[in-house]
Parts: sequence; C-alpha cells; structure tokens
Amino acid sequence: MKAAFARFAPPLVTLVLILGAWALATGPAGLPSYLLPGPWPVALSLWNGLIGTGSFWPHIGFTLTSTLLGYVGGSIAAIIVGVAAAESRLFERFVYPYVVAVQAAPKVALAPLILVWFGFGLASKVVLVALICFFPLLVNTISGIRGTDPELIEMARSFSRSRGFVFLHVKLPAAAPAIFAGLQIGIVLALIGAVVGEFVASDRGVGYLIGSATVNMSVTTMFAGVIVLAGFGMAGSALVQRIQRRVVFWDNAERHIVTPQETA
Amino acid sequence: MSSPALSLDGVGFSFPGRQVLAGLSFNVAPGEFVAVLGPSGGGKSTLLRLIAGLLPLGAGRVLVRGTPVTGPRQDVGMVFQKATLLPWRTALDNVLLPAGFRRGASPAERTRAENLLAAIGLADSANYYPAQLSGGMAQRVGLARMLLHDPDLLLMDEPFAALDAMTRERMALVLQKLWQERPRAAVFVTHSIQEALLLADRVVVLAHSPGRIVADWPVPLPRPRAPETMATPEFNELALKLRRLFDEVAA
Ligand SMILES: Nc1ncnc2c1ncn2[C@@H]1O[C@H](COP(=O)(O)OP(=O)(O)O)[C@@H](O)[C@H]1O
Ligand SMILES: [Mg+2]
Repeated sequence: MKAAFARFAPPLVTLVLILGAWALATGPAGLPSYLLPGPWPVALSLWNGLIGTGSFWPHIGFTLTSTLLGYVGGSIAAIIVGVAAAESRLFERFVYPYVVAVQAAPKVALAPLILVWFGFGLASKVVLVALICFFPLLVNTISGIRGTDPELIEMARSFSRSRGFVFLHVKLPAAAPAIFAGLQIGIVLALIGAVVGEFVASDRGVGYLIGSATVNMSVTTMFAGVIVLAGFGMAGSALVQRIQRRVVFWDNAERHIVTPQETA
Repeated sequence: MSSPALSLDGVGFSFPGRQVLAGLSFNVAPGEFVAVLGPSGGGKSTLLRLIAGLLPLGAGRVLVRGTPVTGPRQDVGMVFQKATLLPWRTALDNVLLPAGFRRGASPAERTRAENLLAAIGLADSANYYPAQLSGGMAQRVGLARMLLHDPDLLLMDEPFAALDAMTRERMALVLQKLWQERPRAAVFVTHSIQEALLLADRVVVLAHSPGRIVADWPVPLPRPRAPETMATPEFNELALKLRRLFDEVAA
C-alpha cells in the first residue's frame, strides 16, 4: 500500500500539474479553443466516444485489428527470416548489406504504394504494419544470434551436441533478450504504421478519425484520438515487457535472487 | 604398459600467418594426470582444442585410446577457463547438458548428475540458476558436467584461473578428490606452478612461438596432496626448478 503510493504519487503530481497548466493555457486569458481545447472538452469527447455514444469503438477495433495482425505476422516473419539469415553464410554475404540499407530507409514512405497494391481496406494496413515491424526485429534477431558467446557454442560442441541442439538451446536463448528488444520496438512502430496507413487512405480507424477531425477543424476529437492511441501504445508496450520478464527471466535474475553462501 | 590414453605425435598447428604449435609429442597413460605449463599466448588452449577435436589438426597425429581424433567424443570431457554455464538452465540441467538436459537424460544419467553435484558440495544448489552461484560454485558445476559421462580423458583449460587465490586452492583439492576416486588420464593447462605441482603426476612445460615442449618432468610427491605439501622441501625445490626454467623460456 505504502510502496504503491510511493511509486504512483510522483507521476500523479506531474499529471495534475500538466492538467493545471493545460487548463490555465486554455482558460479565458489563454489560447482560443479552435487551436487548443481545454482538458474538460477533451475528456468529454473521450467519454462520449468511448462510453456515451460509443462512436470510437468501430475505429478502435479497426486500428487494433490491423495493428495486431500486422505485428504478429511481421514479427513471425522477421524471426523466421532472421534465424535463417543468421545461420547462413550465403545470406550474410549476399543479402545482409541490403537488409541494413533497407532498415535505414523510412518504410512509411511506402505507405501510398502499398495502398495502391493492396487496396484501401484492412489488408493494406496489415501489410504496412508488418513491413514496419519486420526490419528492426529482423536485425535484432540476426545480431542476437550472431552475438552468442562463442565459448558457450564451443562448450556445447565439445560435448558432442548437434548443430540443432546448439541452435535451440544455446543460440536462440542467447538471442532472446535482443529479440524481445526488437518486439518492444515493433509494438510501438506497429501502431504508428496502422495510423499512417489510415491517414493516407481509409474510411475507418483511429487514424481516420483524427484525419477527418482535421477536415472539420475539430481539434477536440483529434486530441481524444491521440490520447486513445497513446493508451494503446502504453498498454502494448507494457504487455510485451511482462512477457519478456517471464520468458527471459535470467536476463535480470541477479536483481531478485539472493546469492547463497559458498559451501566449501 | 597398456596403450596410452592420449598420444600426440608431431602435432603442429598454424593460424593464418602464425605458427602456434610445432612438433609436439607426448603420451598420457591411463590414470595419469599431466599438467601443461606455459606462457600465455603460447598455444595451450589451441592444444586442448586440437585434442578435443574442436579444431582440425595442422600436422601430426592425435590418438585418444588408440583411435585418431576426428571430432568431439563422449569419452573425453572438458572444462574451460570460464564456467560456460547456460544462464537459462539450472545447475542440475547444466550438468546434464551432455545428455540433453533433464528431458533427454536417462534415469541413470540423472542419478549420476545428482551424485556428482553432491560430491562437489552442491546438492542443495541443484535448482539454482548460474546467476545465483558464486564463481567457485559455477566452476564446480563445470567439473560435474565434464564428469557426467565418466570420460576416460579430461581436458582442463586453466579452469581456476579466474578465481581468487583461496577459492582456487580449494578447487584444486576438490578436483584432486574427484580424480582420486577414479584416476583417469588428464591434461590440465595452467600457468600456476603451485597448482601444477599440487595436482599433477607429470609437468610438461611449453615454450612460446611456436609452442613446443622444453621439459617433461615427473612430480614424485605423495598423494593426497594438501596445503601442507606446499610447505615441504621437495615441493619447493621442484617449484624453484620450474620457476627457473619458466623464466628462461619467457626470456
Ligand atoms: N581464432 C584464432 N585466430 C587467430 N589466432 C588465434 C586464434 N586463437 C588463438 N590465436 C593465437 O594463437 C596463439 C595461441 O593462443 P592460445 O592457444 O589461446 O594460447 P594460450 O591458451 O596458451 O594462452 C595466440 O598468439 C593467439 O593470439
Ligand atoms: Mg588459453
């Protein structure tokens, strides 16, 4: 109880200060509401969209569907390709330099092209999301596997362990922290990808909601949309982090384990 | 005399542009403990890798129990300078790595792993992860792992070099005890003269660039050796002789 208070009180203070400053800046002496709406109208718009009329939910459903499908698909593909790449000398020599080059290019620039190819519906958003999460995770998977301590590999080999065993029980676990770092980057990028896709062309989604609010000059709805997206971004990130803590338990093992006394 | 457990004949090895070992020949009899002393960078680890079948031979022949080494084999066990435990596996699972962990191990292998952990004083730590073990404990798990399949030849690459002096001496005595329970051929690489004399039946001294044998001396000290052994005149005389030779080799 006390610990929870100590943990949540400081950020809560910050939140209250921000809301206060926001209220002041949009008060009678502040900015006009068509530029910056006050916290109260935004809260009202959120309430209406989520609970009152529930008009946000179809948009939220659409955005979450494309985000999740694209994220899961792109991540699975990245791990499979990454594993194949890390285990193959040919791939390293012929393809890897281009992977690094493509990784550096902004994939959102491809959004219009993908919409032309895959239509204006869900499919194009899923493809865009998958593409955007694919590369960081691919690079992380490859470097994670490559970064396995060579002495661990040699140790396993010295005990006559097969290449498959070494991969499954040495390299893959060794790469797990890097893979999760890639998944962590990916979940945030996925949401960005979905929203950008909706900005470019869509008739649904939170990105569409924000985009069409721009046309109506409804800044309040734009804010509500951004807050909804921020919420999902944080929730997704926290979820991946929870899974990471359970799967890669040894990565931070030292912190919560009491070292036993050396027995002579 | 029975055929040697390990036989090296004219062994040589080069990394590109650099000869590491040249014309190395020596035998290790079954049950004989040989310490290899040499300056660092002198090719000691390379020598062990060649014997273990982890590196392809450059020249000469390596026979383990009469058959040429073509790759890693189950009758050879190895420990490394670093404990090289898998951080995501418990101590018991790490000992069982040569058998494919608990899932792949037979009941007999499992029992043996538990007995080995008990023999090195880690029975209560079987389910600990490496992060929960001290350096000395981790290295003892490495010893148990080496012994899982009851190998006839032990290869040890400065296994205690990373430990503090006290733990190091204690580890040498633990190893001696394990070895005396069932003496087997062993090649123990070290750069500590004390450690070599505490453990070995014979000391082989290597010189640098390229690695070659400059001395091959017996260690006629009675077993079991203890810290008191290090205070005897015989021990000190041998240690001094080795030190002189070592200085010459390094010079
Ligand atoms: N993979 C490698 N490639 C090139 N040179 C190496 C490699 N491994 C070791 N060497 C060189 O071979 C020599 C012997 O190394 P090593 O067998 O590790 O010596 P020691 O174990 O006696 O310290 C050193 O000079 C080292 O730099
Ligand atoms: Mg070495």
